[in-house]
Amino acid sequence: MSREAILSQIRGALRGQSEEARKHAVRQRLEAPPRHQLPERARRPAAQLSAQFVSCLKDQASRVVEVRAAEEIPAAAAGLLAKAGVPQRLRMGAEARLAALPWERAAGLVRLEGAAQADDKAALSHAIAGVAETGTLVLVSGAENPTSLCFLPEIHIVAVRRGSIVGSYEEAFGIVRARLGRGAMPRALNLISGASRTGDIGGRIVMGAHGPRTLCVVIYDEGGKAA
Amino acid sequence: MTPGTRDFKENSRVALADAQLRRALDGLPGGLVAQRAAAKARLPEFEALTAEARDIRDHTLAHLDLYLEAFAEKASEMGTQIHWARTASEARDTILSLCRAEGARLVAKGKSMVSEEIGLNAHLEAAGVEVVETDLGEYLVQIRGEAPSHIIAPAIHLSRDQVEADFRRHHTHLTADRRLDEPAELVAEARGVLREKFLAADVGITGANFLIAETGSAVIVTNEGNGDLSSLLPKVHIVVASLEKVVPTLEDAALLLRVLARSATGQEITAYTSFLTGPRRVGDPDGPSACHVVIVDNGRSALLGSEFRDVLRCIRCGACMNHCPVYNAIGGHAYGSVYAGPIGAVLSPALIGIGESSDLPNASSLCGRCEEVCPVKIPLPSLMRHWREAAFRSGDMGLVARSLLKAWTYAAKRPRLYHALARFAAATLGAAGRARGAFRWLPLGRGWTRTRDFPAPQGRTFQQLWAERQRGVPR
Repeated sequence: MSREAILSQIRGALRGQSEEARKHAVRQRLEAPPRHQLPERARRPAAQLSAQFVSCLKDQASRVVEVRAAEEIPAAAAGLLAKAGVPQRLRMGAEARLAALPWERAAGLVRLEGAAQADDKAALSHAIAGVAETGTLVLVSGAENPTSLCFLPEIHIVAVRRGSIVGSYEEAFGIVRARLGRGAMPRALNLISGASRTGDIGGRIVMGAHGPRTLCVVIYDEGGKAA
Repeated sequence: MTPGTRDFKENSRVALADAQLRRALDGLPGGLVAQRAAAKARLPEFEALTAEARDIRDHTLAHLDLYLEAFAEKASEMGTQIHWARTASEARDTILSLCRAEGARLVAKGKSMVSEEIGLNAHLEAAGVEVVETDLGEYLVQIRGEAPSHIIAPAIHLSRDQVEADFRRHHTHLTADRRLDEPAELVAEARGVLREKFLAADVGITGANFLIAETGSAVIVTNEGNGDLSSLLPKVHIVVASLEKVVPTLEDAALLLRVLARSATGQEITAYTSFLTGPRRVGDPDGPSACHVVIVDNGRSALLGSEFRDVLRCIRCGACMNHCPVYNAIGGHAYGSVYAGPIGAVLSPALIGIGESSDLPNASSLCGRCEEVCPVKIPLPSLMRHWREAAFRSGDMGLVARSLLKAWTYAAKRPRLYHALARFAAATLGAAGRARGAFRWLPLGRGWTRTRDFPAPQGRTFQQLWAERQRGVPR
């Protein structure tokens, strides 16, 4: 009832244009979304993307570790936990690329699987893409990378393959569409650009408002079997 | 609790005399304003993007019914339950019945302006449901019993000292001798208190920055992650969004996101931009098991067919407030409306009636900075002028202002009379003020002379000087 009342009031306000033309315009836009202009910083050559991504991450006060192969991620993660002074316990999802890594190389590191618990100090996720224009990580919800890993622990480590760094948000959406199909979305698609922060007390920025105090990004090159 | 819009003049007087508020607002030019300017400078395409942002919003509004239907259809397909609310009261009742159906005792709430607009918290609390605001700024104003004074920085009027005092008063379960000197200590305390609430909440309620027709997603933009935890941890997630939040596609959302954070805080993008689509899927280890979107009209569909349609382009960045000399002087509470500053001066009369809010469109010198910085180019000064006309037509204007305006209109339409009066005023005031060059007091001029001198005119009007110049009279 309310639905029809609202929609008919809107139609009344928009009277005067051809219904057919309006419907056609909407159908067309939803079926083939027009590309808007992209800022120059979102369409730099592939060779510059990774450097730009790293520089944007650092501007947001994120920690960046670059490794040569996925096999080096366990040691890198252990190093990040040690540096942050938290116990060697790492929450992660069922992501096959991460599970397949040689975790024995990080002796003493305990891995916990599943959704994050309230007292978890650190978690590891895998991003499906990185966006160079603003240093943004793109994460897809699900058992592989539970969303709670992004928001409950104090330290969030995100692994991202160097080859999956793209220029713009639009290209990242393209990767999601390619994986799930047009118009389909995961329950949560998270664009993450830095750790949780607030400026609500006296205008000073403080990290760790609700989610991670520290965001660590491990960029790895292909070549390893897990890539 | 909230001072009313009818008390605007008195509220402004009080605000201007408030030294603490003055100190808090003094931070704006060097803070949000300077940060926006820097972000704009780092993105050479910024102005071009705002033109495109305006076009996206215009296109959406011109097809609003169709995009809302497309959104509702897609979101339902993804398992989201859609509810439509014509009025604030329908929206409140819908949300309360959803909470009741869940047997909810505690609601964790992410930041949402439309929930302020519909008076949601008071309604839920009256029905015995505890509501906890989880955006830190919103939490601060909630425990003080205040309303937000800014749409993106709700507690911008507060100092660190006030927050410390409020926490000591409110968090009585913590030891009295704890240290709370640094903002970081205050944030850590709030994190601990609110984390408990997130974990215990039965229902999470958030707003949405955008609703995407293509995918049926709600987009939530935050820096703290309050919207994310509110939507993730409780069993039920309710999104409340006004109907103009819909955008067609992910591409459209991407462009709007490029101008949103830069205009708001000067960030390139906020820390968290989340596209949420329906409840938890099979195999998902986390996420809500039910998801609702309440689409609220509350007067907007009527605006669509009016001269005020452009205000519906707003993406709630707050840049117009940050750049407004009036907002900078009096802060948000003096307006007495949910939305303050220039956007509030245009939106509030539409929401609560011009009779209730006729002072708000006058709270502007029409300097035009708001329109200049608006990322979707809303002609705010013109819209404020339309409301002034509406107030005049409907009789919602004080008798003195009305009579003076009528007298001025009479003269302004008769150039000979107008020039004669202007010559007389310039000559007499010029002669009377020659000695000091300024007046400390003028009849009918107390509003001006109470706080500053009125400079004396030179004795002749602009038209006289211009005519002499045309005749070649040496000056």
